[in-house]
Amino acid sequence: MMNHSQSTGADYNYTIVRQFALTTVLWGIVGMAVGVLIAAQLIWPQLNFETPWLTFSRLRPLHTNAVIFAFGTSALFATSYYVVQRTCQIRLFAPKLAAFTFWGWQAVIIAAAITLPMGYTQGKEYAELEWPIDIAITIIWVSYAIVFFGTIAKRTTSHIYVANWFFGAFIITVAVLHIVNSMAVPVSLFKSYSLYSGAVDAMVQWWYGHNAVGFLLTAGFLGMMYYFVPKQAGRPVYSYRLSIVHFWALIALYIWAGPHHLHYTALPDWTQSLGMVMSLILFAPSWGGMINGIMTLSGAWHKLRTDPVLRFLVVSLSFYGMSTFEGPMMAIKTVNALSHYTDWTVGHVHSGALGWVAMVSIGSLYHLVPVLFGHGRMYSTSLVNVHFWLATIGTVLYIVSMWISGVMQGLMWRAVNSDGTLTYSFVESLEASYPFYFVRFLGGCFFLTGMLIMAYNVLRTVKAPKESLPALAEA
Amino acid sequence: MIMSNFWSIWISVLTIVVIVGCFILLKLVNKNYTGVEEGKSMGHEFDGIEELNNPLPKWWAYMFYLTIVFGVIYLALYPGLGNYKGLFGWTSSNQSIGTEQGLKADSAAALEAAKAENRLSQYDREVAQADEKYGPIFAAYLATPLEELVKDEEALKVGGRLFLQNCAQCHGSDARGSKGFPNLTDGDWLYGGDLATIKTTLMNGRNGMMPPKGGLPIEDSEIEGLAEYVVKLSGREHDEALAAQGQGSFMKGCFACHGMDAKGNKFMGAPNLTDNVWLYGGSRGVISESIVNGRAGVMPAWKDILGEEKVHVIAAYVYSLSNK
Repeated sequence: MMNHSQSTGADYNYTIVRQFALTTVLWGIVGMAVGVLIAAQLIWPQLNFETPWLTFSRLRPLHTNAVIFAFGTSALFATSYYVVQRTCQIRLFAPKLAAFTFWGWQAVIIAAAITLPMGYTQGKEYAELEWPIDIAITIIWVSYAIVFFGTIAKRTTSHIYVANWFFGAFIITVAVLHIVNSMAVPVSLFKSYSLYSGAVDAMVQWWYGHNAVGFLLTAGFLGMMYYFVPKQAGRPVYSYRLSIVHFWALIALYIWAGPHHLHYTALPDWTQSLGMVMSLILFAPSWGGMINGIMTLSGAWHKLRTDPVLRFLVVSLSFYGMSTFEGPMMAIKTVNALSHYTDWTVGHVHSGALGWVAMVSIGSLYHLVPVLFGHGRMYSTSLVNVHFWLATIGTVLYIVSMWISGVMQGLMWRAVNSDGTLTYSFVESLEASYPFYFVRFLGGCFFLTGMLIMAYNVLRTVKAPKESLPALAEA
Repeated sequence: MIMSNFWSIWISVLTIVVIVGCFILLKLVNKNYTGVEEGKSMGHEFDGIEELNNPLPKWWAYMFYLTIVFGVIYLALYPGLGNYKGLFGWTSSNQSIGTEQGLKADSAAALEAAKAENRLSQYDREVAQADEKYGPIFAAYLATPLEELVKDEEALKVGGRLFLQNCAQCHGSDARGSKGFPNLTDGDWLYGGDLATIKTTLMNGRNGMMPPKGGLPIEDSEIEGLAEYVVKLSGREHDEALAAQGQGSFMKGCFACHGMDAKGNKFMGAPNLTDNVWLYGGSRGVISESIVNGRAGVMPAWKDILGEEKVHVIAAYVYSLSNK
């Protein structure tokens, strides 16, 4: 009975959810395609075709911005607007403002897709966009907060569901992070200089950077998880008390973890140590979400055999658990001394980005799309299954190759001869990395192919006549 | 740098509140305070989703406590709470902020003080260890005259490795250079290729400087002819009339650096224009570009970066590249 979202009689605003759900798929394909291209450029540099706007340096920020802010954030918009309505049992607050967040966000994405290849950048990782776009983002984000919290305020349920705690924390904190880190003095329409300088600038940047990971890519997607996992499994959430501890501890600790990006730099020692300690204490609260998600499957494990959508969600939680173990470990200074600046970091990010963020979004979309377009299931469940395997194999190829190449680079860079000279030159470590770059490229191709299959499946589901795709009887 | 007491207390209090707050939260929620029997539904329902009142997994709660305990101990031993220095007195490096010169003097004094109190920073300790271990090897190399060092295969290997780490960025792994960076294997030298000169170049660096149009009253209309004359000097096919015109311009003063015979001047690093070896390119276009805009080439000084011991070994290696 809980297996599929039943109609409650409330008249929900699905238009905005449909729009964001479909653009999630579109931007996912664009962002990942650029990722595959730059992965290929690292093996075959001539793929930049001697064209400035096709060079790695300009496409790399396009890739990260596209997957984080176009794909990931569209998925968060879609699911948060859906979940907040259904768990508050009320129609979305301020529908015109909600529509503005959709069109505004699309405009920001387009502006990013144009200015980044042209070389306009603030030079801050994940905050490259120049100041006029930053202002636009701020206006849209405040509108998003008004719509979301307005809906919470006029809810008809007595409590606020845990998914909304996470969505709420994500929306508030991202606003604060974005505004503080983007403070800059414009010198022209397309150029500005950061308000901060030196080590302070670096600290503000990584306070932002790590909490973009913590609040956008973790808290936001945990909100998604807390609705779609119990819904798809048809089981109650495992532990209400666990969700309380891990929510408050997660948001209290994450905000301190930024300095671990700046170990062994000009940052003062005390700041580095503090960032490391907070990152370590963050380990248990991070795992709280994984435990609560996976234990929610108690009594429903058999569904994994027949339901590839649930498989997406559960495997995403496994990758989440893996990256949130790896993260605190890499924050330890002695481990960081080996891993920093190597491909290990790239592997770690993608174990989170592909394994957790993308897979939980994909699973949620496969649950969402049939509901939004009046069907009981996706057009083809076996294509969902194919997508699941492509995504899983792609992710594993990616992160394993980057682990090996990262640890290898770290060891090569620190190896010394008996006379104290370094054993390997930088170029030698680069040559040794090529085979792993190829495996990484292959992993990216797997993942991207899965997304293309998803686009086809979604398209067929959207186009199918109403209610022509009934839910399959339970096995 | 020491921050003001206010900020030190501010950050320390916040840190302690967050860590102790996590501890208290964990302790409170670990007990069943809800009034609902464990394992039963909390009684609220959201779009069909219920929440159970299951206890926190024991292993998870212990793990959480353990990381908190680790954090508290670490913050007692190491710097992390504002200005508090930690029981170990550990620092990664000199933590003061100052000018480069001031820092050097400051560093030297701080180093002596730290040595006296037996509390060297991690960086200073590691440098001291490396100096102790590898210092004698390079001291022995420095004591060997370059003329002998070039016959020492082992020394040349060490020099080659140092070259790959420090010089290959500009001169290339094969030392053949690239546009603007001299090829070190061709036996052609701007400043001289004897052992002593190579070492001087490495120690003190070089600033190769050609002002636009050599700083001479040369008209734009003369550039084409001048470039043609330079082509002629390097013994290539040329337009005789145009080159003759250029020779006139050359005599306006180019010879002051490049010499009457255009064979250059090693004292000032002025290149030989007759040998058909080109640092920036020898096409008519690039030659014109060089004349119009001038050129500025910089080789950094390595004596403070690597120290004379290592420069000595690299000099032998660089010499060996063109003197097999």
